[in-house]
Amino acid sequence: MTTEPIPAQLAAACQAVRPATGADAVSGVQPKFVAAPASTQEAAELLRAAADLGWAVVPRGSGSKLHWGAPPLRCDLVIETTRLDQVVEHAAGDLVVTVQAGVSLERLAEVLGTAAQRLALDPPLITPIHPAPPPSTPAPHSIDGPLVSSGQHQWAIGAAQATRTRGTVGGVLATGVAGPLRLRYGSGRDLLIGITVVRADGTIARSGGKVVKNVAGYDLGKLFAGSRGTLGLITEATFRLHPVPAERAYVTVESAAGIQACRLIAMALESPLAPVAAELDWPGAGEPVRAGIALEGDTAGVAERTRLLCGLLAHAAPVVSAEPPPWWGAGPASQQDGSVVQIAFWPGDLGLILAEIRTAAHAAGVDPAVGGSAAGLLTASLPPEADAAAVAAFVTGLRAVLGHGLPGQAGHRLADVPRPMAGAGRHGAGARAGHARPPSPAAVAGDAQQAAGPGQRRAAGGPPARANVVVLHAPAAVGGLIDLFGPVPSLALMRAIKDQFDPGRIMSPGRFAGGI
Amino acid sequence: MDEQAAAAELAIVQEVALAGLIPGLEAICGEDAVITDPMQLRTYECDGLTAHRCSPGLVVLPQSADQVAAVVRACAEAGIPFVARGSGTGLSGGALPRADGVLIVTSRMRRVVEIDPASRRAIVEPGVTNLAVSKAAAPFGLFYAPDPSSQQVCSVGGNVAENSGGAHCLKHGFTVHHVTGLEIVTPGGDLTWLGDGTGVAPGFDLIGAFTGSEGTLGIVTKIVVKLTPLPQAVTTLLAAFETTGHGGAAVSAIIGAGILPAAIEMMDALSIEAAEAAIACHYPQGAGAVLIVEMDGPEVDVRGEAAAVRRLAEQAGAFEIREAADPAERAAIWTGRRSAFAAVGRISPAYIVQDGVVPRTALPDVLDRISELSAQAGLRVANVFHAGDGNLHPLVLFDDSSAEQTAAAEELSGAILDECIAHGGSITGEHGVGVDKSRYMPRMFSADDLDTMQLLRCAFDPAGLCNPGKIFPTPRMCGEVPGVRRGPHPLVAAGQAEMF
Repeated sequence: MTTEPIPAQLAAACQAVRPATGADAVSGVQPKFVAAPASTQEAAELLRAAADLGWAVVPRGSGSKLHWGAPPLRCDLVIETTRLDQVVEHAAGDLVVTVQAGVSLERLAEVLGTAAQRLALDPPLITPIHPAPPPSTPAPHSIDGPLVSSGQHQWAIGAAQATRTRGTVGGVLATGVAGPLRLRYGSGRDLLIGITVVRADGTIARSGGKVVKNVAGYDLGKLFAGSRGTLGLITEATFRLHPVPAERAYVTVESAAGIQACRLIAMALESPLAPVAAELDWPGAGEPVRAGIALEGDTAGVAERTRLLCGLLAHAAPVVSAEPPPWWGAGPASQQDGSVVQIAFWPGDLGLILAEIRTAAHAAGVDPAVGGSAAGLLTASLPPEADAAAVAAFVTGLRAVLGHGLPGQAGHRLADVPRPMAGAGRHGAGARAGHARPPSPAAVAGDAQQAAGPGQRRAAGGPPARANVVVLHAPAAVGGLIDLFGPVPSLALMRAIKDQFDPGRIMSPGRFAGGI
Repeated sequence: MDEQAAAAELAIVQEVALAGLIPGLEAICGEDAVITDPMQLRTYECDGLTAHRCSPGLVVLPQSADQVAAVVRACAEAGIPFVARGSGTGLSGGALPRADGVLIVTSRMRRVVEIDPASRRAIVEPGVTNLAVSKAAAPFGLFYAPDPSSQQVCSVGGNVAENSGGAHCLKHGFTVHHVTGLEIVTPGGDLTWLGDGTGVAPGFDLIGAFTGSEGTLGIVTKIVVKLTPLPQAVTTLLAAFETTGHGGAAVSAIIGAGILPAAIEMMDALSIEAAEAAIACHYPQGAGAVLIVEMDGPEVDVRGEAAAVRRLAEQAGAFEIREAADPAERAAIWTGRRSAFAAVGRISPAYIVQDGVVPRTALPDVLDRISELSAQAGLRVANVFHAGDGNLHPLVLFDDSSAEQTAAAEELSGAILDECIAHGGSITGEHGVGVDKSRYMPRMFSADDLDTMQLLRCAFDPAGLCNPGKIFPTPRMCGEVPGVRRGPHPLVAAGQAEMF
């Protein structure tokens, strides 16, 4: 803990400032102080003070994903949003809510639930890696969670600090994390209709509004969603809401050969049965693959669609349940330690992607648990004890084969790989010849190879790569060996944006893609 | 030198600069792709908003992304402003050309590059029409969900620039929810990809930032869009009410019941009258308001929702409800709605289409205020709107041969926007800001808000050459821009061969 006195301008800017402890370290980087503004105005004054001091700032919500990304290059001040804890306005008739950044998704769900509404975001439940920070100075204003009062300080800490949480509104937006419902509703950026942010220099800015349809001005909300705290501090957000469905059903199958799970997913996604989620769980190379589809709607509709879906999958012995299976949405992304690697891809490539994950893992000598949305976003996770060099080799191998064919990058293009799924050909002008890949040891590979017919090739002219591999978090030893974000398209534009919004590089410096 | 003389000199300098650009552009795109004839240039003087007109200095019709990049590079090097245009159906003057600039028209870039049914993605060039994407996807049981009313002619590139919606965006979302990758030419002339089609690319969400930026951050040259499985069933109901108040109550009841129809549209008495006179749509006699509610999705669900909507509409006072039994009947119901704008043109010499948004629950209040304002101004207002999301299209009717009425119509139209802002709404739900509404932006956003938005502009277009003068009432200075020259390019004198 620092022995420095709290600088006068910091104390003047914000009522709640305390010296940081070891538990406040951000990926090993020790801040001097932690401050918790209770309003956008206070946050603005705090950032102005930090800018005056030339201090680097890292925002923190519940802390559940603070270990994501690279360690900050500098971190003097952590700005905690837990005192921005108000649900400002729930306009139930308009299906819209305005909420401060520090409100947890659990708390928000409670408020919205009273009107049978929801924010259709279900990111994984994560236990914050840090223990609840030691309580600190001044007395809290209003809090919703238990007041932690051990030690010599007092501090307003939401209940989320101590228990598993889906995170705060601000944290979920800033990390871009979503859950199974992403298939139907997208991520935070898709549900966000208005945002208030404080820029690095303390300027308060808003964009959007509180109506669902609005194209006035640039959409800063999209820019800040997923920006990992590198452009400014999100203090308030307005979301579009959806009704809580009357009925839910989960149809799951388990298969020794992954291809069967892939077929289930493909059939469900191509069907008009309107699934809201398609999840997959493959704990290890020798394990069976489990796949599940979620259906939502009114009672009669869900019953009928469940029946139809089970009919489609009759050969795979589908199991129907009203509750999600235990592995649902928990996914490897909820793992807090070790390494979690996120693989985004075009949904039709599922079988191929699974095969390549196992191939790369086999070559690197690791055996990740694989899970996530079968509709294009999987994670592969490895335990903390996994050898750092092996984890790095896995990521590098996967990137090479998934073809980050950006200019100057070596590696195959995904475009050259045969299609994994039978039944749907590739239809494009100017298709070019590809080459077959060597057989993969993974269970799905054989099927994938057979399923891909001749002539089913990508047309030229699409994006240079159709998949990307990002390490969400990893031990420092892994981070020292590889770039966690990999090649980033249009990095020059992103750096230009960072230069405009944060020329002094004080907001979470170095945490994000391309060293932003 | 006085101001007038300075302006005259500047105009000459600009003209010389533009003329100097012609050989280079012809070398890039071919002679037939560069339009210099003043009569032909005039056909590009406006987009769908005809109140603003300006003949472009030059028009180029590139056929490939590389050509677009080379054209933009030539403009950037010469310091000449440029504006992109798709089909020219925009309603806010977003594609209004510059007399001192180049208009880059993407209508020759119309390839559907790829349909990937297994991934439910399509890659298209910017000049492809919105409807053409759905037609190309139909054989695979898929469609492209955003459906602006102009979908037969409007281009996907234009849809990206405007973040277009459509009647069905209530359920299916806007363009930004369906784009997963964009190939663009930056205002500096670089060809680059934003995103990779996955929808989750590393780094900032440049697709989200670019979509809806009204052509001010660059020119899109390829678009990866999501395709959606065609719904199993579609049911369309037409409900007639005595007043818009009753219709509005039905809308609230439907939403309150947790039903999310694909579309909920409303027309008031005057717009019904106009549609009836123009195309005899045979809506129920004596209706003061009609509601069109369309549900799509799995068959059983749609059947259940339709029954509930019918019941809620009756409870709200509907005196007649029709249900389309087949696509032909559905088309008949929609024809009245789709023809409304044009139909109003037949009962009035001129009209202004407004595009405001209010929270759905504020609709009755705002409609009352509009009729008060209409009475005060002595001008008729026909209301056609996307009731489900509170997006109003009041049509202000006036006689454009009267300067007095024209001014009054402008004023009334602005007052309606003020009303939308006062109710926590927006000055535009789908038509964009363009040149038409930039003056209203300060009523909705603070100086800091606008300044912050323009940081994005400065990151993409520090020289301010890409569709300048749109969206923002006051351009932000982006600081020193190295390497940009105003006036004729020095290499022009040396000949095009050295330039390209």
